Formats: sequence, C-alpha cells, structure tokens
Amino acid sequence: MKRSSITFWVGAAVFLIAALAMTQIVHNQYPFFAGYIILQFIALAVAWSILGGYAGYVNFGTSAFYGVGVYGSVFLVKAFGAPLPLQILAGAAIGALMGLALGLLTLRMQGIFFSIATIALTIVIETTITNWRYVGGAAGIQIQRPEVTAPFDSYVQMLFFVQALLVVLAVAISRYIQHSWIGRGLQALRDDELAAECTGVPTLRLKLLACVISGALMCAVGAPAAMYLQYADPGSAFNLNYSVTTLAMSLIGGTAHWAGPIIGAILLGTTQQVLTVTISSEVNLLVLGLMLVLFVVGAPEGIVGLIYKLRGNRKEGEI
Amino acid sequence: MFSLDLLLDAVVIGVLLGCFYGAVSLGLSVSFGLLDVPHVAHPAFLVLASYAVYFLNEQYAVDPLLAGLLITPVFFLFGLAAYRLYYETFERRGSDAAVRGIAFFFGIAFIIEVLIILQFGVDQRSVTADYIGKAWRLGEIRIPYRLLVAFAVATTLTILLTLYLSRTFMGRAIRAVAQDEEALRLMGTNPVKIKQWAFGIATAVLGISGALLIIVAPVDPTLDRAYIGRTFCVVVMAGLGSMGGTLVAAIILGVAESIVLTMFGASWAPAISFAMLLGILAVRPQGLFGRRS
Amino acid sequence: MSKKVSKPGSISRRRLLASAGAAIAASPLGANLLQAQAAPIRIGMSMPQTGGLAGGGKASLLGIEIWRDDVNAKGGLLGGRKIELVVYDDKSSASETPAIYSKLIDVDKVDLLFAPYATVPTAPIMPMVKQRGLLLIGNFSFQVNSKVGHDMWFNNAPWGPADSWATSYLDIGQKAGGKTMALLSADQEFAQNLAKTAREVANKRNLPIVFDQAYPPNTVEFSSIIRALKATKPDIVYVASYPPDSTGILRAVNEIGIGDSVKVFGGGMVGLQFGAVMESMGSLLNGVVNYNTWLPEKSMYFEGTKEFFDKYTKRAVEAKIDPLGYYLAPFGYASGQLIERAIAAVGSLDQKALAKYLRENTHHTIVGPIAFSADGERKETAVLQAQFRGVVDKNIEQFRSAGKQVILFPDNLKSGELVAPFEAARK
Repeated sequence: MKRSSITFWVGAAVFLIAALAMTQIVHNQYPFFAGYIILQFIALAVAWSILGGYAGYVNFGTSAFYGVGVYGSVFLVKAFGAPLPLQILAGAAIGALMGLALGLLTLRMQGIFFSIATIALTIVIETTITNWRYVGGAAGIQIQRPEVTAPFDSYVQMLFFVQALLVVLAVAISRYIQHSWIGRGLQALRDDELAAECTGVPTLRLKLLACVISGALMCAVGAPAAMYLQYADPGSAFNLNYSVTTLAMSLIGGTAHWAGPIIGAILLGTTQQVLTVTISSEVNLLVLGLMLVLFVVGAPEGIVGLIYKLRGNRKEGEI
Repeated sequence: MFSLDLLLDAVVIGVLLGCFYGAVSLGLSVSFGLLDVPHVAHPAFLVLASYAVYFLNEQYAVDPLLAGLLITPVFFLFGLAAYRLYYETFERRGSDAAVRGIAFFFGIAFIIEVLIILQFGVDQRSVTADYIGKAWRLGEIRIPYRLLVAFAVATTLTILLTLYLSRTFMGRAIRAVAQDEEALRLMGTNPVKIKQWAFGIATAVLGISGALLIIVAPVDPTLDRAYIGRTFCVVVMAGLGSMGGTLVAAIILGVAESIVLTMFGASWAPAISFAMLLGILAVRPQGLFGRRS
Repeated sequence: MSKKVSKPGSISRRRLLASAGAAIAASPLGANLLQAQAAPIRIGMSMPQTGGLAGGGKASLLGIEIWRDDVNAKGGLLGGRKIELVVYDDKSSASETPAIYSKLIDVDKVDLLFAPYATVPTAPIMPMVKQRGLLLIGNFSFQVNSKVGHDMWFNNAPWGPADSWATSYLDIGQKAGGKTMALLSADQEFAQNLAKTAREVANKRNLPIVFDQAYPPNTVEFSSIIRALKATKPDIVYVASYPPDSTGILRAVNEIGIGDSVKVFGGGMVGLQFGAVMESMGSLLNGVVNYNTWLPEKSMYFEGTKEFFDKYTKRAVEAKIDPLGYYLAPFGYASGQLIERAIAAVGSLDQKALAKYLRENTHHTIVGPIAFSADGERKETAVLQAQFRGVVDKNIEQFRSAGKQVILFPDNLKSGELVAPFEAARK
C-alpha cells in the first residue's frame, strides 16, 4: 500500500510537471485544444465511476451535472465576472448539492430505476436552463474570456493545465475511496445491497456520499468548459453524448480499479479526437458503436479486467 | 386564457397522444419490463422499422399500416437473433449484465443510426396515406385521423398482448420467466428459449409501432435519441411488465404534456412530465402498477 | 500571445515562399509541370455531417465542392494554384469546433478559413479567429459577430440587419390588413433569435401580440398548441420552427384549421426549403408565406446560377443529398466566389488585404450581388418572403419551375402579389 502510494503521488507530480512544461514549451495550440477535451473526459469518467463503478448505480445524468457546471460558470461570469477558480469551486459546490438532491430523491430506487430517474432529472434541468433567459436561454450565449494570467501565454494552455489538475484531484479521490472503508462499503452495496445493510454497512449514507462526491467532481469538470468554448447553449451543454461517452469509457477501461476509467477515457477520447480530424463523417459514430459492442462483448471486465487476467490470479486492488 | 373548450380539447388530444406513446413503448414493456433486458436500442429499432415502412410506402405505395404488418415477421426473426447475441455475451456470463448491456445496446443503436444514414441520407422522411393530414369533426372538436389510428393501434396491441400473456401457454410461460426463472428451470423448461421467443414478440410489435411513429410525425436517423427518455419513462412509470399499466402511464404523460402545451408555458412541457415521473418514482419506486410491489 | 498572433500571417508568406521555391525547382522542366506542382491553396472548415444540422451541412459542402471543381477546371487561382478543401465533421455541436479550427490553423496550416454551417458550431470559433486576426467567411449563422465585433468576418447568408426579417414579414401581414400577431416558436437557438426580433418589431409598431409560445424540442403533436393559437383569433401568424416541427405544425393546421381571421401564416419556418420536406408536404404548403434564400423565379437567375444547379442536381442525387438544394448550396458556391474575386483582385492570400477588398466592394455571385456592412453581414437583406401556390402532392420536380413559390419581398425580386386571407390562399 505505502509503496504504491508513493508511486502514485510521484506519478501525479510528474504528470502535472509535464503538463505545465508542455504549456511553456509547445507553442502549437492544437495539442491543448484536443488535450483539454481528452483530460475533461478522463476526469468525467473517473468521477462517474465513483458512483457507477464502485457502487454500481448507473448514472445517465452525466450531461446534467456537466451542463450545470457550464451554466454555473456562465451565470457567475455574467453576474459578477467571477474568476476561473471561483467558477470551479462554485461548480463543485452546486454539483455536491445536486448530487445530494439526486441521492435523496432516489433513496429507494435501485438498478435501472435509478438510471431512469437520472434521465428524467437531466430533462428537467435542461428545460429549466432553456427557459432561463438571463443565461441566454435557448438562444445560447457568448461570453468573453478575461486576460490570461502568467505563466501561461494563452488561455487554452491555462485551461489545459487546470483540467490536468482536476484530473489529478479526481483520480486521487477515486483512488482514496477505492482503498478506504468507503470503497469496500460501496463494493458490498454493489454486490448485494440488502446483505450489506444487514451486516451493518451504512448503505444509505454511503450512497449519498458517492452521489455527492461524484456530482461535485462532474460539475467542477464542466465549469471551465464555459471559458473553453466562450459560448454556451443548452443543446451542446446537456448533450446526451457526455452521458454515453463517459459510460462507454468507464466500461471499456473497466470499473473494478481506479485506473480503468483513465485507460478507457484515454483510449476512446484519443480515438475520437483522431477520427474527428481524419475520417470525419458518420463513420466516426460507427467506430464508436463498434468499439462499444466489441469491448463489452470481448472484454466484459474492461481493459483492466484483461490485464488482471493476463497477470494471473492476482486479486483486485493489489496494483 | 383559460377556457373549458380548450381544456377538453387538450385532454382529448392528450389521451390520443398518450396512446401513441403507449404504442411505441409496448415492445419495451415486454423486453425490458418482463425480461429485464436494458434495451436502450429499442428506439433505434423503432426508427429502423419506420424507415422500412417508409421504403415500402415510397417504392411500392404500400399503406404504412399494412407495411408495418408486413415487416413484423422480419422483425420477429431479428429479435430472436438479437436476443441470442445478447444472451450468449451477457446473461450467460452472469454478473453485471445490466450495465454492460446498456453499453452494448447503445453501441447497437449507433450502428443502426449510421446504417440508416448511409442508406437513406440524413433528411427527414415521412409517409403518405389517406388518413394523414385530415381530421374527424366531433362538434367543435377536431381530431386528426393520425391520432385515431394511434389510438386504435395502441388499444388493439395492448389487448392482444394482455390476452397473449394471460391466456396462452407461451404467454404464461413468459410471465413465469419474469417472476421466477429458477423455478421454471427446475420444472424442466428452458427459460432461455422462452425469453428469446418473448424478445422476438417484443421486436415484432415494433414493426407496427414503427409504422405508427412515421404516420404521426416525420422521422430522421437520430430521432431514437429523443425516444430513449420517453419510452423508458413510460415503462418505468407504469411499473415493469404491465401492458395495461403501460398504456395508462403513457396516457397520463400524454395528457399532462398536452395540457401544458395548450394552457401554460408550452416550453415547460418536458420539465413537467419528467418532474411528474420523478415524483412518482420517489413515492412509489416500483412504479404505478409494479409487479414487484 | 504575441508569438502566435504573427503566425497566421507568416503561414501565407511561408506558403508563398514554398510555392516560389517549387516554381524555381520546377522551372527548367517547363510551364506545364510548374503549374501542376504549384502548392494548392488550402481552405479549411468544419461542416456538420452528422447530427441535427447534417442535412444542411452536406448540401452546403456540396456547393463549395462544386465551386472548387469549377475553379480547378479553369486552372486554379494565383497563376495555377489549385483549390484544396480540408473539411472535418463537427457533429452539429459547439464543443467540437474550437479543437477543429485549432487543428486547421496550427497543424494543417490552411491558407483560408470558412465557417461551419449554422450558428451553434460557429459561435465558439469567433473569439479565436478574431484574436488571431484571420479572415472568416460565415455560413448562415445568425448574428454571431454582433458581440464579438470581428472586422474580418463576412457572412454569406442573405440575412442583412437583424430585424429586417421580421420587418418584411410583418409589412406583408399589415398590408393585408393584419392588426394582431401570434408568435409560435421552437425553444431552440435560431428560432428564439427570430422570435426576439419579431417581438421587438411588433412592439415598435404597436402591433399587439395575442399569442406568444415557445414549444420544446422534440414535440410530437401540435394539434393542441394550434388549437390554443386559433382561439386567440390572430391576423398575422409568425412561426419560427425547425424541420420536423414545421411538418407537424402544417399538418396540425390542416387538420384543426386555423380560422378565417388569419391573413398570413409562416415567416420563419426552417425545413420548408428542403426538397424532401417539400415533397412530402405537397399541397399542405399552399398559402404559406415563408422565408427563402433562393428560388427558381426569373428574377433570381444571375451569371452562372443555372449552370450551378445543373451540376448540383446531378451530384446531389448520387450523394443522397437534398435534390433541390436551393437553401444552402448556391450560397456555399457564392462563399467560394467571394474568395475567388478577392484573391484575383488582391493578387495574394494576404488576409487583411482580402478582408479590405471584401468590405469595400460589391461582389457578383450566382446568388446576386453581395455587399457587406461594417459588422460583416449583408448591407441589405436579401431574405425572400414567398408564398406557396398551386403545389400538388408527391412531386418534387414541380418545385423546379417558376410560380410555385411567388416572391413577395424584396421589391426588386418580386414575382407576384400576396393572396390573402390564408384560408383562401390554401385552395
């Protein structure tokens, strides 16, 4: 455990330093634009897995949390000209509240009922934002970026680094949860909720906690997207794609280990970015469809599951 | 601008609209409600059926409803094959079929979407028939024939399915599978065969539902995404596996939507129907007519 | 940022150097080979090819491709440089375009940029293009530059000033004796922008708005909402709707009826310009007064227009794209023509000089003369308001002949008079 912790934090530090160095050395802007999207999906997939993977509650409402993060920022910028860190913190706070509300509302729902409730929630929230004229309503809204702060010399480079920070934060939280009593509790809850409750696992509190953490992270990830696009419209911010892609990434990577969603997001996110600028047509969607089908059929436990299998009989959570 | 006339009108249209929602959800009520297959590709199958109907109507001037009937055998076989694939890859392996199943069916839905685009292009399509674009006058109220067709199809399908599930041997077997698969296995029956048959029926029903979809409104290749929420909500709100319940839940949704569209701020319609669903689920997590109560 | 701002300018310079280098290298081998080896002029863009905007995107792109082929057949521009298009699919989404345009600018190093079709994918790239000082030819987006204020933006769409659309429609309605207005709009981006200007113009003219509803996306059934609209007995009905809904609304109007009070119906219905929709709607279209960008009326043929549609029709059928293509395709071609004229006049790919030329001159294209005002939109609106007449069911070819859609506005293109009230015009 201890040695792996050291490895993890060293790895995280190296990752952040590399990201920062990249913003200083690379002057071509494209890697930052594309990289931002990939990092955003890594963070989303990791956040999703806390509830969807560990606890087995499939949240279809990723786009709801993401979109609320986006519109939280739009509101703060328009009303107070709030700076980026405040937007992200506010996003996290709103997301936590939303997660709590979702958790309370769905206390008694299980399995697919929970998933349907998250779809319904998404539609309710999207409709509300669409009717909220102050943040642009259905017509969408253009927003101006403020001046970029040193040491970055373009805003996108800064956003790229900020998103890298969010990724490390999300992964650290997810990893902590997996190795702590929370993770074991969630695992028990996932395997058999009733049995877990009988053996004294505080299932309700755990579920609420997972909702809150997952929600806060997803909203925080959405918050900087307002500044990335400098534009927001409900159709794009609440796009079903975020929900489907995040779910696909987690499953392709595997949900048994915190590294699974990262692997899945890097693989699928990169593939999508590459496809966008190569094949670039409806074939793009076909590839996503085929990848989904092939992976869930061929590697039911995801890539992480494949790795476990290759390594032999090692138990989960040992790497 | 409240008026009793308008309210009455909204209710009538709402009931009919609800019947339409019910008709497009009935297949899902079998595949997901009774068989627990997380069939998020249900709306994609539905749109596929609509395009098949469009093709027959456009090329051979077949009446859309008749075309819907004609494609049901094909869809039945398609359903048998789809379930076999799903069973071999998920249910047989046991654990966690639901989550992976969702991803699997999303994948299938995307593939269907692309195939439709490649074959028919991205433009919206609709069919022609004598009963499209005309209305039946009932005093002050005028009711589009399209919606009357939806009403007839929905009620017929609901009655037929209910009778099938309660009166025939196979139908009872399907309900038995839904309630206690293990018991059936112990009695020496193969539940997989039964489930496969049921999934075939659920998909065959889609042939007619697909015809209805394109009769009521035009379709385009990505329309399935809009119906994922709608159909699952109807089935879940009804409580899994009740055919009559599905129709009632759909009518509730339809009436609510229609009243909001007519009487209040139309743009709030989706928020109100789905908030209602959330409310119902929060109070009755098993749905209105749930089999697991 | 200073390091990067200079880059786009240097792109074209470097390209010029490269082509000059190629020219020197090739010169001993003769002029023919020299022409073949000159570096192409690369135009980059994203275009919705999947998702909700794909139908329009594909037609628009085909228009641009026909222009490319025409120019290349004539031997290219700037002394033999062929046109090459670099096109990526943005999936009709706003979130894809920033990365795509960064790829186009920073990696592909294209010489010129075209915007994607429609407002949503275009809006996020406006600040970026402005910051880098790049020329951008817009493609049917609505008022994306009003807040950004980029002086190198030129929209190919005939919109003109933001309120001209509502003005022309309400003019027609009021002339026909309209005293009240009902407004039915989709709760989506473009329709809401139209509805907003309609409200403003109506308020300015003291025209009472008796019904004002926005219906949500994916609405299936419009009977009840049309019934509610009918109950307010409006004179002018202004509808701002999207393709599937436009069909649903017209069907409901036919079924439920709209009442004898209505003088004009339509205005901003997107979809009634697309061949597949027009064919399937057939006679239900009669009487509707709706906006258009191009129509096969005599007044609409300019130099090259007919030749363009001959080519378009042939290629569209093969590519399963809108066989009529009136709405977007000729404007895609015109985007190319704008650039072609500017390059020919300036004699280089210098973006500032091209922008200056585009701003200061009137350009003759297959969709007529185009002149820009300071915000990069058309100086005067060229949005047509036309009334469907004598349309029969199930016949797409009928729309190719004049008289099926009679132009009521603008005056210089007018091809007939309004038939009102709406119920009379439907027969």
